[in-house]
Amino acid sequence: MASESSHSVYYVPEQTKYPFFASIGLFFMVFGLGSLLNDMSAGDSLAVSTWIALAGFLLLAFIIFQWFATVIRENHAGLNNDQLKRSYVWGMAWFIFSEVMFFAAFFGALFYIRTLAVPWLGGEGEKGLAGEVLWPEFQAAWPLVVNPDPTLFTNPHEGLNVKEWSVSFFAGYLPFWNTVILITSSVTLHYAHVALKAENRKRLIQWMFVTVALGILFLALQALEYVEAYGHYGITLDSGIYGSTFFLLTGFHGFHVTLGTFILIVMLLRCLKGHFKPNDHFGFEAAAWYWHFVDVVWVGLFIFVYLL
Amino acid sequence: MSSAAIDHAHDHDHHHGPAKGISRWLFTTNHKDIGTLYLWFSFAMFLLGGTFALVIRAELFQPGLQFVEPNFFNQMTTMHGLVMVFGAVMPAFVGLANWMIPLMIGAPDMALPRMNNWSFWILPFAFTLMVSTLFMEGGGPNFGWTFYAPLSTTYAPDSVTYFIFAVHIMGASSIMGAINVIATILNMRAPGMTLMKMPLFVWTWLITAYLLIAVMPVLAGVVTMMLFDIHFGTSFFNAAGGGDPVLFQHLFWFFGHPEVYIMILPAFGIVSAIIPTFARKRLFGYDSMVYATASIAFLSFIVWAHHMFTVGMPLAGQLFFMYATMLIAVPTGVKVFNWVATMFRGAMTFETPMLFAIAFVVLFTIGGFTGVMLAITPADFQYHDTYFVVAHFHYVLVPGAVFSLMAAAYYWLPKWTGYMYDETLGKLHFWMSFVGVNLLFFPQHFLGLAGMPRRIPDYALQFANFNWISSVGAFLFGFSQLILLLVVIKCIRGGKKATAQVWEGAQGLEWTVPSPAPYHTFETPPDPSLIKAQ
Repeated sequence: MASESSHSVYYVPEQTKYPFFASIGLFFMVFGLGSLLNDMSAGDSLAVSTWIALAGFLLLAFIIFQWFATVIRENHAGLNNDQLKRSYVWGMAWFIFSEVMFFAAFFGALFYIRTLAVPWLGGEGEKGLAGEVLWPEFQAAWPLVVNPDPTLFTNPHEGLNVKEWSVSFFAGYLPFWNTVILITSSVTLHYAHVALKAENRKRLIQWMFVTVALGILFLALQALEYVEAYGHYGITLDSGIYGSTFFLLTGFHGFHVTLGTFILIVMLLRCLKGHFKPNDHFGFEAAAWYWHFVDVVWVGLFIFVYLL
Repeated sequence: MSSAAIDHAHDHDHHHGPAKGISRWLFTTNHKDIGTLYLWFSFAMFLLGGTFALVIRAELFQPGLQFVEPNFFNQMTTMHGLVMVFGAVMPAFVGLANWMIPLMIGAPDMALPRMNNWSFWILPFAFTLMVSTLFMEGGGPNFGWTFYAPLSTTYAPDSVTYFIFAVHIMGASSIMGAINVIATILNMRAPGMTLMKMPLFVWTWLITAYLLIAVMPVLAGVVTMMLFDIHFGTSFFNAAGGGDPVLFQHLFWFFGHPEVYIMILPAFGIVSAIIPTFARKRLFGYDSMVYATASIAFLSFIVWAHHMFTVGMPLAGQLFFMYATMLIAVPTGVKVFNWVATMFRGAMTFETPMLFAIAFVVLFTIGGFTGVMLAITPADFQYHDTYFVVAHFHYVLVPGAVFSLMAAAYYWLPKWTGYMYDETLGKLHFWMSFVGVNLLFFPQHFLGLAGMPRRIPDYALQFANFNWISSVGAFLFGFSQLILLLVVIKCIRGGKKATAQVWEGAQGLEWTVPSPAPYHTFETPPDPSLIKAQ
């Protein structure tokens, strides 16, 4: 299709009910969540706030489902010209960039804590004066297992970091295996994409199954690690800054993996329904981009949270 | 694509005007409708935030406590800032982007029309949530619009949780809006509209949109860390657990400094459109304007700690942030030079938009100069947290960003409504605003230099004179804005018919379509010969 003629039929839907009702759902979800957290902190009954948050979430989820379904229907009806499809490509690319910046904030916080805040609390340099006065006993270390004031923030027992750089250690080191799993899943997803482009439906579905299974396996192992962290290592959200940064970074990453796995399951179902064509499958590609992004974040996490 | 589907699409495209009744506004995907919604919403928030400001100025009219409790005063300073930044100025620029970008680049609509509707409709809900905190037990947020930890964590009222979620969803709205602007500008330009032929308003918005997607997620991150500190016992901003309250300030200002450019770059674009029109000359130095905008945007990422010189930072950091900040004066100077050079020997007339644009150039430059003063680290130790800072940023935001918005409103009103506005009322509005804003903010420089701290409901007697002058200016400025409301309502209801061209010297695609602009424009791309270099 020539670009001039495609310009004239850029599809602009006349009206849409989705965003307004999605806003209502979003409002009740966050209002309910806020109330839920406040009720938890105050020790009040959680029933009402939970129902509000759940109702808002269900409304939002229902509308997003309908919204995506409409967009897919329109595409199958041939309403989306090449230019409109490029809008989706730009949209997804810059959405992922915004996600990168979200994680950048957390990585920045980690670097600031590790290289500046904790050493200053330990009395290093000119900025160390406050730390010396407030907590003269405190020694800077990372992983931080002795907090400046252990009466306010209970110390963890030990860190999750690499104890020795040896093959035998890594063979039993769960985060290492999680890295292997996630990188492998990116590769299998790539093969699924190759199969899609080659119109090999059987291969496509097989590789998608493998990718989803690896995603779920990653999440299961991550849950296992959290149980270990809480039980064995005593690393909790409220055990000082080491636990705080650990759970913030791995937790939001895990949340994104959960979302990514869910998206891949939807893509698998759409593959089974034969939604994608070799030359028209941006929904699939967008999901793949998201998954690769989540994978790259994990590599950063593995290096800066676990290895170093 | 099958031919039946194309016919179907054509059926869809060629109808009719807007839907009837309220559903037009709730369910619209039309960039002009959504632009109008944004503009009215932001005007409502402008009046609400202005009311909060008048509470502050009424209390400060005299020393001593007159009208409000100190805690409520703090809630007013906080809510005034939040409502003005996130509710008034940002949505007003997004509204202008919605209305004007597709018209300026010859596009049929914004790239993602349904998402466009969502970006808008999140906002009324977000602000309902945020403003409702004022009526909650324990009161609304009272920690300043910068919500520094631990004021906003350990010592915050319970309503802070709702504040956090309100920020989350308005951030989502901003990110979606920014993605839409980028996709529109990069993907929807008419054939022949090359990047370096785009009007500067489009350029400044493209760069602003990049700033938005780069920093709104950081804001989301930092409020999330606050939420965890408050409800889950983490210690990001608590030194007893190995964290650092200063970390909050770094993260906040990494968002906050680009944020202030988000509120001024589109203003530069507006002024760069208006001054050539009324000087009847092409804009001087178009290319350098584009590069200057990009330079300012880049520098905005590496100057954030100049907001925190007094918090304790290594000397190398202080020096770096001081010099980097001063560097911003260079591209900004290029812009001011270009505006002045555009006017030089122009055949100038002084309609209301031009008056606001010229006032912008002069008064924004004053705000810029005080910015350079504040960038000098040792001097900043004196100015920090005084009314000098208040005067500085209000000069760049009120006679800066807000004046540019008023200039834009007068400039494009005939295109929006099809009628000329009342020039006499417009000029009255300008002169009352101009006198009011200077009475309001200029004395605050002196108050700050004399040592009056900001965000305090009471003050020492020697500050009394300048404070009452400032308060008189505030009420003058505040009530003058009702004239704008009157002008807009009158202009919607009728008046002298506007031509398509509207202004003799106006250049650009938006002036090639009739006034009022039809509900759907550029469904087929404009004739490339209409697209000229700026």
